[in-house]
Amino acid sequence: MLNIKNLHVKLEDEDKQILKGVDLTVPAGEVHAIMGPNGSGKSTLSYVLSGRDGYEVTEGEASLYDHDLLDMEPEERAAAGLFLAFQYPVEIPGVGNLTFLRTAVNAQRKARGEEELSSGEFLKLVREKAKTLQIDAEMLKRPVNVGFSGGEKKRNEILQMAMLEPKMCILDETDSGLDVDAMRLVAEGVNALRSPERSFLVITHYQRLLDHIKPDVVHIMSNGRIIKTGGPELALEVEKNGYGDLLAEVG
Amino acid sequence: MADTAVLAAQTVAAKARPAGTALAARLAELDLPTGGFTRAARADAAARLEAMGLPGARDEYWRYTDPAPFNAPTADALAYTDRESTLFGGIDRLKLVFVDGRFDASASDALEGEGLEITTLAAADAAGDHWAADLYGKLEASGQKPVKRPFAVLNTLAAVDGVLIRVTGKVSRPVHVMYRRVALDADVTVHHVVRLEEGSELTLLETGGIGARSNVAMEVELGREARFHHIASKRADDAKVGIGHVFARVGEGALFKSFTLSVNGSMMRNEGVIEIVGDDAVAHIAAAVLGDGGEGRFHHDDTVFITHAAERCESRQVYKKVLKNGAHGIFQGKILVKPGAQKTDGYQISQGLLLDEGSQFLAKPELEIYADDVKCSHGSTTGALDETAMFYLRSRGVPKEQAVVLLVLSFLADALDEIEDDRLRGDILTRLDEWLTSRASA
Ligand SMILES: Nc1ncnc2c1ncn2[C@@H]1O[C@H](COP(=O)(O)OP(=O)(O)OP(=O)(O)O)[C@@H](O)[C@H]1O
Ligand SMILES: [Mg+2]
Repeated sequence: MLNIKNLHVKLEDEDKQILKGVDLTVPAGEVHAIMGPNGSGKSTLSYVLSGRDGYEVTEGEASLYDHDLLDMEPEERAAAGLFLAFQYPVEIPGVGNLTFLRTAVNAQRKARGEEELSSGEFLKLVREKAKTLQIDAEMLKRPVNVGFSGGEKKRNEILQMAMLEPKMCILDETDSGLDVDAMRLVAEGVNALRSPERSFLVITHYQRLLDHIKPDVVHIMSNGRIIKTGGPELALEVEKNGYGDLLAEVG
Repeated sequence: MADTAVLAAQTVAAKARPAGTALAARLAELDLPTGGFTRAARADAAARLEAMGLPGARDEYWRYTDPAPFNAPTADALAYTDRESTLFGGIDRLKLVFVDGRFDASASDALEGEGLEITTLAAADAAGDHWAADLYGKLEASGQKPVKRPFAVLNTLAAVDGVLIRVTGKVSRPVHVMYRRVALDADVTVHHVVRLEEGSELTLLETGGIGARSNVAMEVELGREARFHHIASKRADDAKVGIGHVFARVGEGALFKSFTLSVNGSMMRNEGVIEIVGDDAVAHIAAAVLGDGGEGRFHHDDTVFITHAAERCESRQVYKKVLKNGAHGIFQGKILVKPGAQKTDGYQISQGLLLDEGSQFLAKPELEIYADDVKCSHGSTTGALDETAMFYLRSRGVPKEQAVVLLVLSFLADALDEIEDDRLRGDILTRLDEWLTSRASA
């Protein structure tokens, strides 16, 4: 599904190297987690994969099944099935959440040559998905993320993911700021989407989320590289001992 | 008395012409009506105009906008397509059609409605007496302090037609002034007068292309607890030159709301002069402006002056301008709080969204406060599209052009929110959305 080879990334305006040779493969149907100290480059990796401006790929490649990701516009990557749940979801005053969702869903359908959803079909679908995430009608009408609590913003990200049905979902610290119940809702939302055709890359600092979303593989990122890859037990080890030993291991 | 006024007007004209000034040249091209009930007001305007003259480039109040196109004796002929404005087409309303600035009775609805007394300036001005005599040129004249507004004076002097509305009840059906231009060089001067009696209510809509050059003045008086909603849409893509003035006097507990949408054009200046004279009154004035300098020139100036002369009143100015291809947007806005106008709540925001580096937004916000227990704030920002929001939208699959449209609408939202009626706001929003989407790739 997702293939990243030797990815080197620096800031466009600054001589600062952030990713220093990331290698990562997420096969179809699997859930992978990335953990790693603050500032190690996890969000940067997610941004570069989804096409944010301001970064320059100096070496390496990244592909989403048969698409060469790095050559595509952000909206093309989305239409090809890539989705990023933002660490800090963005507020857009004056644009209704529903308008935004419908524009996004139909833009992707159009890009894939599919029929756009009528407003009736769309509303039915969105109400159904919102309900399972306990997002009420009032929240759907409000401007995108404006006045949402931290947890509401994260649930709203998962609602977008559920509506867009991407193939490759990257979740950047979706668990941060969530209370216990919201965490369970988000995890259920993710688990409901799990399928042999869909993969997840879950960036997190805590084992908590991984209790609910069982990862197949855990990667540790440090200083712009994946320094270790293992099974779910790796996350438990981090939870218990921190990164100290792992970092010492690689020198 | 009336005869002396005519004489005065003639004397002024006679004195002005040989002088060979810019004003004389300007007046020479106009067919000045003698006026019936407006006669004294016109004579007074002639004298005032003679004394103040036309503005020059050195005039402080015209610092950011060159008055030359308004000073020119005649309008430049402009090519245009004569399509009828379809805005608000689905809304039940009383239609008043003005063609090249003159009322067209055959194209308009009958001048009647419950709670309404409507007539046209041209028709009423044949008679010597009319209720509008108390207002015509009067609010305009009191709006001349502390800054001179010569084109409003010129309007009082030279207006040929307009609509005079007296509102006596809560009128649910909006009155819609629909402008059409036919002559390529139509140089139009219209003057409207609206008086809302105590407890009455009216929505006034204005749409369409007024002329190659237009000078529109509106004087509105709001009695106690009256409510007035004004929504104007300056026709899109018309390379017009236009100046407009709205003079309002807002009485106790009354509500005044005015919103203007301007899409393209070449040279426009809209002045809003609002005086809040009764306690507990509310006055809001807002504009959404979209300008593309690529189609010739685009220069749009909003100049607002709000005076608080009573207690516990609220005023809001919300100005949003989206500029591209070297377009220029100007905002000059002032809140004056007079002595004794305690508990005033005054707010002003002006923002420019620059879609490229060649465009420019200039703002001159001012506060002048002579009361101690007031809350007044103003803010002004100029910026480009928010990159983060742009990426967020695109990462959801929204193509770049469509994302720009959404963010432009997002930027304009606060101004559009000043339109209270959902259907009217919806119509404006749909119009904007269509227009932006059709031009998204340009
Ligand atoms: N646009 C930018 N300008 C300057 N520095 C940047 C920029 N983007 C990333 N960085 C730097 O790159 C490094 C990696 O940042 P990144 O946000 O990817 O870390 P992270 O692993 O997601 O951290 P966290 O766990 O705190 O979210 C940090 O040192 C950060 O300051
Ligand atoms: Mg991060």
